[in-house]
Amino acid sequence: MAMVEKIKNKLRGNGFLLAVTIVLFFVLYIAGAILYGDRNFTSPQVFLNLFISNAGLIIAAVGMTFVLITGGIDISIGSVIGVVCMMLAWMMEVKHMSAVVAIILVLVFGVIFGLVQGFLVAYLKIQPFIVTLGGMFFARGLTALISSDMISIENPTFLSLANYRIYFGFITYYNNRGVAMHPYIYLSVVIALLVVAISFVILRYTKFGRAVFAVGGNEQSALLMGLNPKVTKLKVYVLNGFLASLAGFAFCLNSCGGFVEQARGFEMDAIAAAVIGGTLLTGGVGTVVGSLFGSLIKGIIETIITFQGTLSSWWTRIVIALLLCFFVILQSVFKSIREKRLAQGNEK
Amino acid sequence: MDKLKKMTSYRLFWPIVCLALVLLFNLIKSPSFFEISIKNGVLYGYLVDIFNRSSELIILAVGMTLCVASSAGTDISVGAIMALSGAVSVYLLGSGETYAIPWIAAILIGLVVSVLCGMWNGFLVANMKIQPMVATLILFTAGRGMAQLITGGNNLYVKVDSFKYLGGFLPHIPVPTPILVAIIVVILATLFLNKTATKLYIESVGINPRASRLFGLNSTKIIFITYAACGLCAGIAGMIATSRITSIDANNVGNLMELDAILAVALGGNSLAGGKFSVAGSVIGAITIQALSTTLYAMKVTGDQLPLYKAIVVIIIVTLQSPEFKKYLNRIKAKRAAKTAGEKVA
Repeated sequence: MAMVEKIKNKLRGNGFLLAVTIVLFFVLYIAGAILYGDRNFTSPQVFLNLFISNAGLIIAAVGMTFVLITGGIDISIGSVIGVVCMMLAWMMEVKHMSAVVAIILVLVFGVIFGLVQGFLVAYLKIQPFIVTLGGMFFARGLTALISSDMISIENPTFLSLANYRIYFGFITYYNNRGVAMHPYIYLSVVIALLVVAISFVILRYTKFGRAVFAVGGNEQSALLMGLNPKVTKLKVYVLNGFLASLAGFAFCLNSCGGFVEQARGFEMDAIAAAVIGGTLLTGGVGTVVGSLFGSLIKGIIETIITFQGTLSSWWTRIVIALLLCFFVILQSVFKSIREKRLAQGNEK
Repeated sequence: MDKLKKMTSYRLFWPIVCLALVLLFNLIKSPSFFEISIKNGVLYGYLVDIFNRSSELIILAVGMTLCVASSAGTDISVGAIMALSGAVSVYLLGSGETYAIPWIAAILIGLVVSVLCGMWNGFLVANMKIQPMVATLILFTAGRGMAQLITGGNNLYVKVDSFKYLGGFLPHIPVPTPILVAIIVVILATLFLNKTATKLYIESVGINPRASRLFGLNSTKIIFITYAACGLCAGIAGMIATSRITSIDANNVGNLMELDAILAVALGGNSLAGGKFSVAGSVIGAITIQALSTTLYAMKVTGDQLPLYKAIVVIIIVTLQSPEFKKYLNRIKAKRAAKTAGEKVA
């Protein structure tokens, strides 16, 4: 009985939204399996490809979730991913640096980028939208300044990292020609899942995670509780800068090159993933797991549209917009129900 | 000293200073900057060019100002609405030697589409109480896709010459049409806002929607109307943008314009947290952005590097305008004053 009560409590409100997201993901997956099961949609590799092609998005969406929970926003991450890819390519191919040094340098760049943005947001109290808009322009311009041509990465260390496959030896499936295959993932997926797991623990079980929620819920109260909202916000933007550059690294493992227009509009995908995953832009509410599933939902829609074959790629965006619409209306309905319940409670 | 203080506390002081600085820089660099001549019966010169190119941004900024003021949120779908309404008009006009339907009808239908988009945003923000950025993210994501659906994924061209008028020059009129349209939009908006109580209503809703509700204002309706107006502005800008290139390119028309529009609002000294606003400020902000771009182009910065310099200037400007930074400066000033006072006493 207590168990039922517990589940009921969890499902109330935001837990319910998360559950809807997860259920939706599986519904879409099953729909795809029924429609295109004859074309290997159900093969484990197609499922893992969802993670492979969206590893960067998952990492970026996790960083975005932190920022959104504090009530801020970061629209610079698409450009940061672009500049990180370009910097990696430039450092390794033009400056012939070693892959390890290049990777460390871009991660440091991400942290510094986040630090500056965080300082402007937290200490100078400039609206996050404007600060990160500046960041977005800055990073994109910097990408063009480094090189206006595409640079492909041919560094052997980096390529071996990018092509390093981790096979699941214990799963065997048969492809179209009946050959036995083991499904595999790339390094980027491992990074993405680690980021999700670590962020989950940070948000849930650490002092910092609690502070993030408190600041996002009500900054004034957080201050009165003895928290330092400025420091918390700064830390969140630094973390986000780091995760954005890490997402850029994961992105680069897939694309193996840098060009000016890379990952344009990526920030909106990350925001959409977070919103579909149940994060509120007003702050105070959000889960990392939701953002993971939000990213995967985008992936599954893309996969279904690819399998369908005749629909153009912009259908993906229309379907995502419809889903977004569905989720924001659902959130809004839930909010009003909760407010009504609160009001009734107060009257009693 | 008092006069100076009064001047600096004037709302539009800082935005005007920023614009003046950008223009001054140009004047020093190339003295011919302010020259305006008439070539082939039309006005010609850097300043005309800046005004001409900033027209769409000015129109967008007017609409954006209203949204920001009433709902403390930004409408990020304006660029997509520009593309969508432009696509509708161009599709209706067809690419034959003559218009498929009368020009004015196509333009009006395009504008109706943009208002409908604005109303959809307004419905989500005002009635469904969804955060503006998320609500407009929906059209931001879908708008261009819908425009692509209409154009079939191709760039459609209008071959009739008179289609160029809106984005170019009307016969026998030396001033570029976009400037005229922008001026008309700004004047109409100002008259409507200031001659009626609308401005006051929008500001009070922006400052506190609940209190305004209790006061008897229909907050929901006011927010709804500002978004519809923003949609209309986006539609007008979309018409100009498509006329400029006599075609619709659903991927690129108004691309990232929403960001410039929001920036224009912020540079104009308006708080993105809603409440009091100044349309004139946003217009100045829009011109500043365009002046900056033109300046950088003149300095041989390529188009894709442009954002880097723009970002640096923007960050400097918003830092200077930030209240926290001003407080910090005042603290230093106070310290220095205390020191000199102390020395005098000694």
